Amino acid sequence: MADLRTNFAGIESPNPFWLASGPPTNTYGQVAKAFDQGWGGAVWKTIGEPIINVFSRYGSVDLGANRMMGFNNIELISDRPIAGNLKEIAEVKRNYPKHAVIASLMVESKQKAWHEIVKQTEDTGADGIELNFGCPHGMSERGMGSAVGQVPDYTCQIVGWVKEVATIPVIVKLTPNVTDITYIARAAVKGGADALSLINTINSIVGVDLTTFEPQPSVAGKSSHGGYCGPAVKPIALHLVSAVAGDAAVKIPISGIGGIATWRDAAEFIALGAGTLQVCTAVMHYGFRIVEDLTDGLSNWMDDRGHRTLADVRGRALPRVAKWEDLDLNYHLLAHIDQDKCIKCELCWTACEDGAHQAIRRLPRDNGGPVVEIIEEACVGCNLCAAVCPVQECITMRKVPNDYAPVTWKEYAAGKGKLAPRSEQFHTATWSPSAKH
Amino acid sequence: MSASNPLTDEQLAANFADITPPLTNDAALLEANKCLFCHDAPCTIACPTHIDVPAFIKKIATGNLRGSARVILDANPFGHSCARACPVEVLCEGACVLNDRDEQPIKIALLQRHATDYVLEKKLRLFEPGRRTGKRVAIVGAGPAGLACARDLRRFGHDVTVFEAKDQPGGLNTYGIAEYKLKADLALAEVQDILELGVELKTGETIASLDNLLADYDAVFVGIGLGSTKRLGIPGEDLPGVVDALTFIEHLKTHPYRETPVGRQVVVIGAGNTAIDAVTQAKRLGAAAATIVYRRSEADMPCYHYEYELAKRDGCGFRFNAAPQRIIGNGAVAGIEVRTPGGTETIPCDMVIVAIGQGERTELAWPKDDPRVFVGGDCANGGAEIVNAAAEGIEAAKRIDAMLTGGDAM
Ligand SMILES: Cc1cc2nc3c(=O)[nH]c(=O)nc-3n(C[C@H](O)[C@H](O)[C@H](O)COP(=O)(O)OP(=O)(O)OC[C@H]3O[C@@H](n4cnc5c(N)ncnc54)[C@H](O)[C@@H]3O)c2cc1C
Ligand SMILES: Cc1cc2nc3c(=O)[nH]c(=O)nc-3n(C[C@H](O)[C@H](O)[C@H](O)COP(=O)(O)O)c2cc1C
Ligand code: SF4
Repeated sequence: MADLRTNFAGIESPNPFWLASGPPTNTYGQVAKAFDQGWGGAVWKTIGEPIINVFSRYGSVDLGANRMMGFNNIELISDRPIAGNLKEIAEVKRNYPKHAVIASLMVESKQKAWHEIVKQTEDTGADGIELNFGCPHGMSERGMGSAVGQVPDYTCQIVGWVKEVATIPVIVKLTPNVTDITYIARAAVKGGADALSLINTINSIVGVDLTTFEPQPSVAGKSSHGGYCGPAVKPIALHLVSAVAGDAAVKIPISGIGGIATWRDAAEFIALGAGTLQVCTAVMHYGFRIVEDLTDGLSNWMDDRGHRTLADVRGRALPRVAKWEDLDLNYHLLAHIDQDKCIKCELCWTACEDGAHQAIRRLPRDNGGPVVEIIEEACVGCNLCAAVCPVQECITMRKVPNDYAPVTWKEYAAGKGKLAPRSEQFHTATWSPSAKH
Repeated sequence: MSASNPLTDEQLAANFADITPPLTNDAALLEANKCLFCHDAPCTIACPTHIDVPAFIKKIATGNLRGSARVILDANPFGHSCARACPVEVLCEGACVLNDRDEQPIKIALLQRHATDYVLEKKLRLFEPGRRTGKRVAIVGAGPAGLACARDLRRFGHDVTVFEAKDQPGGLNTYGIAEYKLKADLALAEVQDILELGVELKTGETIASLDNLLADYDAVFVGIGLGSTKRLGIPGEDLPGVVDALTFIEHLKTHPYRETPVGRQVVVIGAGNTAIDAVTQAKRLGAAAATIVYRRSEADMPCYHYEYELAKRDGCGFRFNAAPQRIIGNGAVAGIEVRTPGGTETIPCDMVIVAIGQGERTELAWPKDDPRVFVGGDCANGGAEIVNAAAEGIEAAKRIDAMLTGGDAM
């Protein structure tokens, strides 16, 4: 059995799966139940001066019949008094000493206010503090949340204030709503952060009601942009985690957040450098019970691949994240159709013909044989046909060997290396309205 | 009865091939992603072994097939055969909430098969015996009830010896389930997984009394199933060409297909699930006509509706309100005389299969009030399904463990 125990910036937990700060971590009852069901840690719903929420707070994006593929919210931080939250944090920590309990904090940008809340938090026995510099709606209008996290100097300054009094690890939670997240990450490091967590939610409007023209979620006919999360944001989060994890000026542990719903998502975050994983939307959708397959699936996968500890996996994909100019131009691929698997839907043909490189030929349906074939001289190995094909492993991309040494754009532009011959026959589309397609 | 089978080997193989093909990987993924992942799910409640259905389906969706199979087999050691033979229309799939949205239910049985096939093919070992307690339990009968009990007793760490009258373990899974649902080799492979936990199996041992076992073991579980088919009690019953359903099916399942004699015109008496299995298998074996003869009306048939539909699709005939009076023939079956609302009538046939239910076992009586004797499966519930036998075996294992270790049965 793979060992899932985790030490994250000195914070220990039985596994790397933490509840992200949000509605699932509002109360003692929820967090205690989650720990009993197998969660390794929890970041409490952000604590600060209690706020007042609007009714109707969440918007959802479905993908076909699949619900909540993207999710957004316009809720603020905790609406409960600070003292009550801290009391419950202390109680959770007392009853679950082996689990990671992190307090997420957000107060006004004054040194005194931060000193006070940090000291109060330390009295609970919490294992760490997460600074919410990421909430993109509401709180930012009041000069908090992403209003801090979008300005490197503010980030550095407030982390500095917190570190003046904190004795437990301080995690800075980053907003993705910036042009280059590494600037903010470095500012947090400069201020003394012990770890980073990312991403918080992304600015969004999830939809508009076409009868009333109300943006969603509607509050008495109006809406505000909200924070986007859920499976839809995973690719953005993976990129930002890898950008920060790969930055030589960062070098502190990273907690990966954003669209994690399965153990596969988690494994990908770990491979790109995450030390722990935080989950919010998937729990809001399916409940705490999902942790069972998160841990079981991750551990089975690790056993199958011979990885004994999370450290064996962590960052394994990072060296493979490169700049475009360092990719090999002489690596050539060709799409290959397994005609035995083909169900003759012609989706690949229409995609390539209209959306790519006109590199698939149609054959008459009444011949009884194949209906599509790759035009090898025209295929640029782009992956589109394989991506649209509804049958697993029917279209695969195969390497075309050549005798040329690898050459990158950087080398080629500097006059070094030779390009292998490549398909000449691209962009051949012709069209006449009478032609039957 | 004709001596040689009219069908080719290919036709026979096709007729007895799995009645539903397995899901492809694509189809399994699509289907798994349709599951809503209900909380306190009705499918799980409907399953007598309470397999956590949404959990195992979710694991198929995430590509954790080993984990998926573990969820299934943890709750039900006969998860493989149940996936093929359970009456899911009246169990999990019948309870699926999608029925209430006027949609097809999730194909739970096929998904269960997808996951359990994976571990069977890869020969993955999912369970380990528990730490040895030194307690010894004897089990009589190596059917689903006895072996489910054995599996969990081994996981609790007790020593288990199973006594089985027949040459092969598996009970009716090996000898009785319709060939197109479950073949003996698969049933035996499933049993092998259980035996590999360190269960001692003694085949060819018919237990006639529990006295010796109670002297040698700390507890005894009795899972001996039901006895042979009841007799009709009408003249002509012993003519050559009259056979009881269990004997017919057992022969079919343990010999090359063409070695099982089948008539050209077969009459099956009875209308339960076993009668359906007999009539469809007679038809698939090459009978020109295979007809159910039932003394009551269509509405009274005790078989499941979908089994009736299957027999109709197979081209089997049905005679309702026809009560058998005697089987006629001179040295061989020539027909059966029935009483109908319109008078007495003779149905010509050259083979009669009797399927009017199994009687209780009479070979072994067990003390009903001995706290060390436990019982489960068909012999306790009067005859139900594999899944009930498995559930009762597991339940008994918990109670035996509680008794042996002084704990509480959960
Ligand atoms: C024809 C037929 C078709 C069926 N089809 C289905 C189906 O499609 N789906 C489904 O879910 N269920 C089906 N069933 C029901 C299912 O097979 C039974 O409910 C199940 O097998 C019961 O398990 P068991 O362990 O109680 O008994 P059995 O499977 O009958 O096993 C009892 C075992 O005990 C052994 N034994 C008996 N007496 C002694 C003794 N004195 N000493 C030692 N060993 C002894 C027997 O040889 C046998 O191996 C069918 C039943 C029949 C008859
Ligand atoms: C309804 C809701 C409320 C949230 N509240 C907070 C919060 O109070 N503090 C915080 O740091 N993040 C908050 N988040 C952001 C999540 O912690 C997380 O960063 C984000 O949702 C991405 O992860 P996910 O895709 O798993 O949901 C909230 C998210 C949601 C959906
Ligand atoms: S999820 Fe709960 S709180 Fe939210 S609208 Fe429904 S019932 Fe109300």
